[in-house]
Amino acid sequence: MRMQTMTVPATRRRWTLTRGEVRQLLIGLMFISPWLVGFFVFLAYPIYYSFRLSFTRYTGFGIPQYIGLDNFRDMWHDSLFWTSLINTLYYTGLAIPIGMIVAMSLAIAMNQNVPEIPFYRAAFYLPSLLPLFAVSFIFVALLDPRRGIVSRVITWFGGPTIDWFGDPATAKLALVILAQFGAGQMALIYLAGLKAIPLTLYDAAAIDGAGTWRKFINITLPLMTPVILYNVILGISAGLQVFTQAYIITNGGPANSTTFYVFYLYNNAFRYSQFGYASAMAWVLFLITFVLAILIFRLASRRVHYDLT
Amino acid sequence: MTSPKRTGTLSRQGRQRTMARLVLIPMAIFYTLPYYWMIATALKSNQELAQSPPTLIPHSWQWSNFQDAVNYIPFSQYLLNTLIITGLTILGAVISNPLVAYGFSRVQWPGRDALFYVVLATVFIPFPVLIVALFDIFAKLGWVNTFLPLVVPAFFGNAFWIFLMRQFLMQIPQEISDAAKMDGANELQVAYQIILPLARPAIAVVAIFAAISAWNDFLGPLIYLQDESKYTLSIGLTFFRSTHDVQFNLLMAASTLVVLPVIVIFLAFQRSFIDGLTVGSIK
Repeated sequence: MRMQTMTVPATRRRWTLTRGEVRQLLIGLMFISPWLVGFFVFLAYPIYYSFRLSFTRYTGFGIPQYIGLDNFRDMWHDSLFWTSLINTLYYTGLAIPIGMIVAMSLAIAMNQNVPEIPFYRAAFYLPSLLPLFAVSFIFVALLDPRRGIVSRVITWFGGPTIDWFGDPATAKLALVILAQFGAGQMALIYLAGLKAIPLTLYDAAAIDGAGTWRKFINITLPLMTPVILYNVILGISAGLQVFTQAYIITNGGPANSTTFYVFYLYNNAFRYSQFGYASAMAWVLFLITFVLAILIFRLASRRVHYDLT
Repeated sequence: MTSPKRTGTLSRQGRQRTMARLVLIPMAIFYTLPYYWMIATALKSNQELAQSPPTLIPHSWQWSNFQDAVNYIPFSQYLLNTLIITGLTILGAVISNPLVAYGFSRVQWPGRDALFYVVLATVFIPFPVLIVALFDIFAKLGWVNTFLPLVVPAFFGNAFWIFLMRQFLMQIPQEISDAAKMDGANELQVAYQIILPLARPAIAVVAIFAAISAWNDFLGPLIYLQDESKYTLSIGLTFFRSTHDVQFNLLMAASTLVVLPVIVIFLAFQRSFIDGLTVGSIK
């Protein structure tokens, strides 16, 4: 790719394109045309369209009625909207750090010289590929207070019988535990990151007398920051979208403790036929995701080390 | 993490192994227990299922539960629907993604890399943000209650799979393309006759990931499919919960049948899965 740019003198590469460049541009656009069409039809236009719908009252039938900012005003006074937002942020805020610790521990453990690593790798990774709807059903059976194995084990040790998904105090926590079942994917990404760290760095640190913990804090963690950033961003995106588990296991309950943002958005659109309100909610979620991404990248630009990896 | 003192390399390695296993073995139990409980529950009789506390190992293995689960819902119909959607999704992914990735990696054109950042940025747009508008658009096209909304988008590429393919295509030496062009081949011929055949392993990875994502999809079928005859397995499974008392044994038997193909495909293509996963993360 570099060879072709070199043949074009730098001074001419301002705003006008040479004949050859136009030709290349057309060939390039031809190859990417499926994506380009898909981008406008399935992404850009729906985003624009939902922006317009967010200022309307619309049931999905007939003509959307312009109502100005009413949807956003309603949202401000809708206590269930706030509940859903807080539930989602609570869930995401809990699931991401726990997931990071679980995945990092697994990765570090797998990075040791243990012969049966291929077994662990498969065992940890496979659950994250399984259909979430099926995993949700399995966890219902697993955590059932009367018939589940988990409460059987807990009571065995003299613990109380916990109705995980039936108690507002534990329902979200149970969903966070369920999310850890998919943490193996992150663990493998961390493991690949760990393998990319040059061993000579550890040797040098060992000569300087650094112990395992110091090496982890001063070498491993800083060099892993790009991978951590990648996982955090994906984690936030997934956390804000949490839907299937709540739909299948708890249906938003008990006492709305698992009414998450997308679950409430789905209900507004497809159960209450409030397309306008749901579109307004979609746009707010879009903005929240955007702001969070900017914040994370801002924070990361100071902390993330791209050198050496 | 404890003692910085060294007592010979061998025992040090042994201690590290023990420490690692202290983490790995309990976690391996956590990650495999759900399968065990799924199968154990699937094999229990109704009477045994009613027992509290539950039995840890089924007394008599009720294999007929699988037969009952398949009869409880129109399983074969839903399997067929799911397979059609999965097949068409694979087809779309295999046609579109290699082509787009080729355009973003092996053709040099002004603005290419800037536009590729747009591709990457779309990964972070939460899909649920689009569902209301997309539903309304598909409704106006008359596509609701058909498989079209679930399969047509696959023919227009997926940002993550484009990225994955592109990483692979960039590793193929430019000289191969140059030599073919010297012989008078145009870009399309180079792509289809020389480069993309070399990229078969990456295309296979895309196909596998596309299959899994279609097989696992829940929100899409939930929104777009309305006639019961058009449901997928993901929606069909919710039928087991709609009755008064959940029939856990049948639900778990059906879940086993849904999960099994994924496990088989994973075990068969483990290497591809791991390569596909880590290509995106390590710059």
